[in-house]
Amino acid sequence: MRRAALIAALLGSLFSPASFAADSIVIGSKIFTESYVLGEIAAQAIESSSRVPVNRKLGMGSTGILFEALKKGAIDVYPDYTGTLAEAILKRPDLKSLEEIQQALLKMDLVISAPLGFNNTYALAVKESFAQKHNLHSIGDLAPIQSGIKAAFSYEFMDRQDGYRGMLDSYHLKLDPQKVNRMEHSLSFQAIDDGAVDLIDVYSTDAKIKKLDLRVLKDDRGYFPSYQAVWVARKSFVDSHPGEWKILRRLEGSISEQAMLDMNAQADIQKISFAKIAAQFLGSDAPDTEGWMKQILRRTKEHLWLVGVSLLFSVIVGIPLGVMAVRFHATGQAILMLSALVQTVPSLALLCFLIPLFGVGTKPALVALCLYSLLPVVLNTFTGIRAVDAKHVENARAFGMNRMQILFRVILPLASPTMLAGIKTATIVSIGTATLAALIGAGGYGAPIVSGLALNDVPTILTGAIPAAVMALVAHAVFEVTGVLLIPAGLRKRP
Amino acid sequence: MNYAISAMLKLQNITKTFEDRQVLTDVTLTVPAGATHALIGSSGSGKTTLLRITLGLLPFDKGYVKINDQALLSFTQREWSYRIGYVPQDGGLFPHFTGKHNVSLIARLRGWKKDRIENRVEELRKLVELDAGILDRFPQEMSGGQKQRVAIMRAAMMDPAVMLLDEPMAALDPLIRRILQRELKSIFQRLGKTVLLVTHDLGEAAYLAEQITLLHEGRVLQTGSYSDLLLHAADPFVTLFINAQRSVPDIKELR
Repeated sequence: MRRAALIAALLGSLFSPASFAADSIVIGSKIFTESYVLGEIAAQAIESSSRVPVNRKLGMGSTGILFEALKKGAIDVYPDYTGTLAEAILKRPDLKSLEEIQQALLKMDLVISAPLGFNNTYALAVKESFAQKHNLHSIGDLAPIQSGIKAAFSYEFMDRQDGYRGMLDSYHLKLDPQKVNRMEHSLSFQAIDDGAVDLIDVYSTDAKIKKLDLRVLKDDRGYFPSYQAVWVARKSFVDSHPGEWKILRRLEGSISEQAMLDMNAQADIQKISFAKIAAQFLGSDAPDTEGWMKQILRRTKEHLWLVGVSLLFSVIVGIPLGVMAVRFHATGQAILMLSALVQTVPSLALLCFLIPLFGVGTKPALVALCLYSLLPVVLNTFTGIRAVDAKHVENARAFGMNRMQILFRVILPLASPTMLAGIKTATIVSIGTATLAALIGAGGYGAPIVSGLALNDVPTILTGAIPAAVMALVAHAVFEVTGVLLIPAGLRKRP
Repeated sequence: MNYAISAMLKLQNITKTFEDRQVLTDVTLTVPAGATHALIGSSGSGKTTLLRITLGLLPFDKGYVKINDQALLSFTQREWSYRIGYVPQDGGLFPHFTGKHNVSLIARLRGWKKDRIENRVEELRKLVELDAGILDRFPQEMSGGQKQRVAIMRAAMMDPAVMLLDEPMAALDPLIRRILQRELKSIFQRLGKTVLLVTHDLGEAAYLAEQITLLHEGRVLQTGSYSDLLLHAADPFVTLFINAQRSVPDIKELR
């Protein structure tokens, strides 16, 4: 009983809202360089003129995740673009003027600032050498070579009304669908640099245009909408923090296209930290950045917490579920099917579903990890028990053992090698999956992987990927040792 | 070394039907206190079903099982298990426990004190003449004969009135089988318990038991001594069954 109470308290504290400080301003950002820079600028601007502590949740994901997080109050402010707001959030691509968008957003209790000063619209880019070879200057020039073009476009660009499809219609282009790849945005730069593709979508202020010597094709028909950068906030935040909102609005009109492109280049090419770039822009000192040892230690703690809690959950819940699945056939099949179904939901989609329920940060990440680690434990408990020789159970009954004694003294020990293998699988999988939790601000080793991916910066990716791999190896070793301790010796030794 | 409790085991008119198949019909069998009785029959004769019924593991349609006039149905499984010590086929030791752990498992679950357990295990170890070190081994590190002895210790641990052995020699090779048969006989004598032995081997039955019951297609064909079965067969199948067994001992050897 005491143990049950302890577990209940543990789970209770885990899901209580205490993990979010009551009075702090949470700044979010999307998962690409410019959004990180803008998020950092917002954070430092508030920090330098206000006493309210700032909580950074930078690099959380794409528009959908940020918008859900904002609505739920998991974040207070994030930078976005007028075109994105009209298309992806309001679903009203016909809204062109700032006032129209402002009005429509206000109905959703959201407020936007005036433009920050630059327009970062979609654009198409090819390699300079490719452009010269085929004499390309504008999008329309693609027509003569359209059937042979290999392209890589981001998921968002492919799916938006004002993206890929509309562009083809507007320019009467026909690309070969076999040669058009959907790709994570940061990877498409790698692809065009390697010569794997000829054409990619870019943001017009992206520093990699310069770095990789790409030529942006002119949108001579003016197809792509205006993508003015603005701050987006909840109305309740603006009302409760008028001072801080004013600080942010001071930045309106202050960031030119060139300034933004330079800052992006500093981050992407010179690998200067976002904090330093933002500080330079604001004319202040960069806030203290932690040393890399400290950073890895903090991430290790975050990662261990994510993996540890989900593992504890999968054991506490998964083993009884596995036992139940054996005992009650119909329920058992339902349990197994449900936990298998969870595995088929892509982790990013699952995280997205969980934001409306649990907000952003550690909570939804833990819920997702718990769900993912359930199947191996339930399935192996089920399989392990089913494989126990029925004669041992019958003998135990003949000796007068009751149901609980048979379960704990005979069935579970005999099934323990298989069960432990399931727990091991769950652990190693969740060490890997936990890196995705960084997408919704849960930290851990995923944070440098996510930002490194956004920056196309391999060393940064490695500062997350290597510790994660090491953790998986350590987990493997720990389970070898645990196996020696937990599995009854009679089942381990071979004659 | 004789133990206090020994009792008569009585099975009366046991009838058992699985769905529409009648597997036991009016089986009656009596083992007097302290006697050794063999239940013999080919596979499919119903002897395993009768064994499970006697252990209280399987409900039956008709008849009763009694130990000293106390009926099986008036007890819980746990209470009944005190009265019958069971030695499963091949010993049936739990592979995840050492020999000693196997022997003492039920005593510990019943809350026996450590000293009492130690004394009882030591007493039984001497009785079955097992080397002390063997009890610290896991079943898979024991020979067939060692497993069998540990299983007998486990069955006798709680001092039951009746011992039930299922094919005790089935998995052993013939030579060891011969040696162990002799030892088993003396163990039975020293234990002084009522023993019901289930086997398909007539030689074993004749050697170990005073009385033999031959079960065929769920019915008792004959109960009697080996010579009764041999000389006064109650049914042509009895003779058929006896002749089919290869190593039938000479009748003089038994006298």
